[in-house]
Amino acid sequence: MKRRIPLTITLIVGLIVICSEFIPHRPFSQISSELEVWFMIISGFAILLGQLNLIKTNVLKIQYKQRNWPYFVITLASFFLMVGTGALWGSQQNAGLLGHGTAISSAIGSKPFDYLFNNVYQNLQATMFSLLAFFIASAAYRAFIARTTESILLLAAAILVMLGNTSLGTLLTGWLPDSLSFLHLPKVSEFIMKYPTTAGQRAIMIGAGLGIIGSSLRIILGIERSYLGGD
Amino acid sequence: MAAKTLDRRWIFLFLFIGVALPLIFVIGLPIETTENVRAVYQMVEDTPAGSTVLISFDYDPASKPELHPMGRALLQHCFEKDLKVVITALWPMGVMMANDILDDLQPSYPNKVYGQDYVNMGFKAGGMVTIQAMGKHFKGIYTTDSNGTPVENIPMMKHIDNFENIAFVISLSAGAPGVKEWVQVAGDTYGRQVSSGVTGVSVSSVMPYVNEQKQLTGLLAGLKGAAEYEYLIGHPGTATSGMDAQSLAHLIIIIFIIIGNITYWRNKKKQKKEV
Repeated sequence: MKRRIPLTITLIVGLIVICSEFIPHRPFSQISSELEVWFMIISGFAILLGQLNLIKTNVLKIQYKQRNWPYFVITLASFFLMVGTGALWGSQQNAGLLGHGTAISSAIGSKPFDYLFNNVYQNLQATMFSLLAFFIASAAYRAFIARTTESILLLAAAILVMLGNTSLGTLLTGWLPDSLSFLHLPKVSEFIMKYPTTAGQRAIMIGAGLGIIGSSLRIILGIERSYLGGD
Repeated sequence: MAAKTLDRRWIFLFLFIGVALPLIFVIGLPIETTENVRAVYQMVEDTPAGSTVLISFDYDPASKPELHPMGRALLQHCFEKDLKVVITALWPMGVMMANDILDDLQPSYPNKVYGQDYVNMGFKAGGMVTIQAMGKHFKGIYTTDSNGTPVENIPMMKHIDNFENIAFVISLSAGAPGVKEWVQVAGDTYGRQVSSGVTGVSVSSVMPYVNEQKQLTGLLAGLKGAAEYEYLIGHPGTATSGMDAQSLAHLIIIIFIIIGNITYWRNKKKQKKEV
């Protein structure tokens, strides 16, 4: 019974949504619109659930003094700091529980939440993403070795796209006459991205699409039950 | 292999210098526009003045260097063409990204009034379903803007009921939910013209939508796409200056790849001789 009810709900809702795609008339269209509103409300709760989960997992790690536990203290402290400043003084034009915090805003130049967002959060995220450039450079040096015909093709395509996607491509081949414009590096790069890459990507997308249909049917028909938790 | 023994900190050092120097001393390498960027530009150009367009900020600060210049250039272009801009966000941080650009642009466009020429409707959770609901009843989903002003009190929103009242949609997308959801719902289901600006790494996964059926009308791809758009509208910004750094970084990576290959083949030759 504990499993039968959610499985029945899934089956009914799944069938209604599928039917509404093929029969866009009442009652399917109406129920489908209502379900969309429900979905957005549940999505909102999912954010709250995520926050509760973050607190629970981090508290447990600190409680049992797991490896690197001080980092989890920092995570929780940062979380409560952002939530606290946002709740007390709001952000941008929105007021918080204590209003707009004019005194503190004039002291630091903006609301505490905005100050932390602009000066800490943004910079930390930018730093994390920027580090990728260094790792990609190091990985490219080690991985792009012309060992086989396939790797030579991959290497050549990578270099052409890398040059074509920068101003260097224009600088190196911009002088070519119109009759040789097909050798222009930005055009070569555009060709590689538009045809061979897109062809491969489409194959992946079609495969993934069929996979999604298969998984969805398995969930609707109750064959796939892992989303219910347990085994 | 020597290719494997080279201390990677050397690569990091060269890359750091290669990126930092052009940002300090601007080289001014040439920028050439591509077909996909021109298509986005033309779409904005061809839209009659006074039309309402939708720009969705579906990214967070991690993708700011690539997508922020696109957002700025697109808003500048829309303001100059007298288009009314509705801003939405499928990512929570997208709201702040949009406000950051709007605050920066305000002094340059003092005649643009919030609520009459542009509005930030804020973030809504739900991704694809949110877009579907927007297509049916926009005001049912967005009852207030990001500041909490009721939608009935926003003059430019009075005639917006669904996608029929939107000339085109542009998604500045760093992943999911983002451009794919906009194409599948606003484009394929409701027949709106959709375009996008994406990060360099996601270009290959979005390119299939740039096709003869025009699921996507052009595409701004990475920093280069942003720089090309800045060039087309005649407002060089951070993407244009960043292109020098990116170009040099790519060149350094290529040089290291060549060094790696030379070392690999030299070692292979040596090993053969020894055998």
